Amino acid sequence: MMSKGKSYYLIPYYLWIALFVIAPVLLVVYYSLFDLEGKLTLNNYVNFFTPVYMRMMLNSFWYAFLITVFSLLVAYPAAYLLTRTKHKQLWLLLIILPTWINLLLKTYAFIGIFGTFGPVNNFFDLVGLGEQQILFTGFSFVFVSVYIFIPFMILPIFSALDEMNLSLVDAARDLGASGWTTFRRVVFPLTISGVRSGCMAVFIPALSLFMITRLIAGNRVITLGTAIEQHFLVTQDWGMGSTVAVFLIAIMALFMILTGGSRKGVRG
Amino acid sequence: MKNRRRVKNQNGIANIYLVLVFLVLYAPIFYLMYYSFNSGGTMHKFEGFTLDYYREVVADTRLMIIVINTLVIALLSSAIATIIAVIGALAIHHVRSRRAKNTLLSLNNVLIVSPDVIIGASFLILFTIVGIKLGFTSVLLSHVAFSIPIAVIMILPHLQEMSPTLTDAARDLGATRRDVLTKVILPIIKPGIFSGFFMALTYSLDDFAVTFFVTGNGYSTLSVEIYSRARQGVSLSINALSTLIFLFTILLVIGYYYLNQRKSRPPVQIAEPVAEAGVPR
Repeated sequence: MMSKGKSYYLIPYYLWIALFVIAPVLLVVYYSLFDLEGKLTLNNYVNFFTPVYMRMMLNSFWYAFLITVFSLLVAYPAAYLLTRTKHKQLWLLLIILPTWINLLLKTYAFIGIFGTFGPVNNFFDLVGLGEQQILFTGFSFVFVSVYIFIPFMILPIFSALDEMNLSLVDAARDLGASGWTTFRRVVFPLTISGVRSGCMAVFIPALSLFMITRLIAGNRVITLGTAIEQHFLVTQDWGMGSTVAVFLIAIMALFMILTGGSRKGVRG
Repeated sequence: MKNRRRVKNQNGIANIYLVLVFLVLYAPIFYLMYYSFNSGGTMHKFEGFTLDYYREVVADTRLMIIVINTLVIALLSSAIATIIAVIGALAIHHVRSRRAKNTLLSLNNVLIVSPDVIIGASFLILFTIVGIKLGFTSVLLSHVAFSIPIAVIMILPHLQEMSPTLTDAARDLGATRRDVLTKVILPIIKPGIFSGFFMALTYSLDDFAVTFFVTGNGYSTLSVEIYSRARQGVSLSINALSTLIFLFTILLVIGYYYLNQRKSRPPVQIAEPVAEAGVPR
């Protein structure tokens, strides 16, 4: 094996870890301790626990939760059916393809689709529902986000389903389990790791999206991401922005520990 | 076999569901493309066919400069990131202690799972403190930084697949460390290096949130430009631009999969880390 001697070639990588992984987190924590005038204070944290920020946080969680649930509801059957198709790799590729297209372009498309004269409103008119305000609502935000995230939910569930041993399903059926029972007691538990990574891939980004809220929800929906962007780039209150970021990091870490820990349990 | 029979009965509904999912996935993209040819100037009433918006895009020098900026940043940052990622993958691979290995891996993955706003905001703080002017350098550095971990993840499995006896044999036959690296290890992990580079490239081309934080005035990449234009409302030149980007993306993906097919690797293996990464940028 390689001797320990000359390992200075490893320097760039370790430098990267120090500068771009560890330092940024520390800097965010450090900045969260300063107010607008640059005075050392804990006020940002006090402010964070006022109703304004608490409501924003709850709001943010609620939307992220909705987005995750709807993505899962759409993605699970889709992933399941995909594993049953003939050319499943090709179909999977077609599911992945839209994710290569810039998120902003896809979001921009919905400005037209959901617009006052867009096809959805035309359809509503035709059905007799009349024109609705769809753009700049919570609904459009959730819809567009789910649209964006579906492939990221389908992929891990697809791999989990694909790895699953089909004879287990047959065994359950042979032992008299109904289709629903088989799904609930055999298929779903076996693919829970895929569901978990899918939910993780959706929930965290859904908490921090800000471009979709800005473009589609027209500042109606404020998420943690929007708040951070606002504080950093608009009001220039880096301290408060960092404080929100610290909480987002904490939530993320908690989420990872929770999902990571149980995943280890599943694998035995 | 039993399964197949059971599913066949439900084939109708199943197919309708899948078709519906695909329809929803692709509809907005084709909707954009369709209206890029609309002489009416809006995204709802198709009046007549025109190529005006494409001419507009091509004639827009500012936009062309931004396109070049974006490509330069993408190519340069992924090349640098891939080199550092090879080093990183080697470092992780050679660490013996399991704990140290896990620590390194977790540190490696921090940027993959972090929300983009946080990456963007913290890099903004970093660059301001260090005194790097916002613009080309800051954008390049951040793209290198967030591309490294994904490239490492693409390279690492290839290293782990490699039989350790190969390097031992090479050493026994008198190869220097350098020879082992360039003549044994690198050729074996080459497919991983290529996919790492490609992923870094697409991450860089796609990134908006991080770039948005670290571009100063005057410097812009395509996604930042699209964002600021889209915020001003519908303009069909964005549609034309997105059609061009879409075609470019398809070419890129086809090229990538073609390369991969020749190496006869199943595409799922490549797709999986992407799913783990999962963070749209």
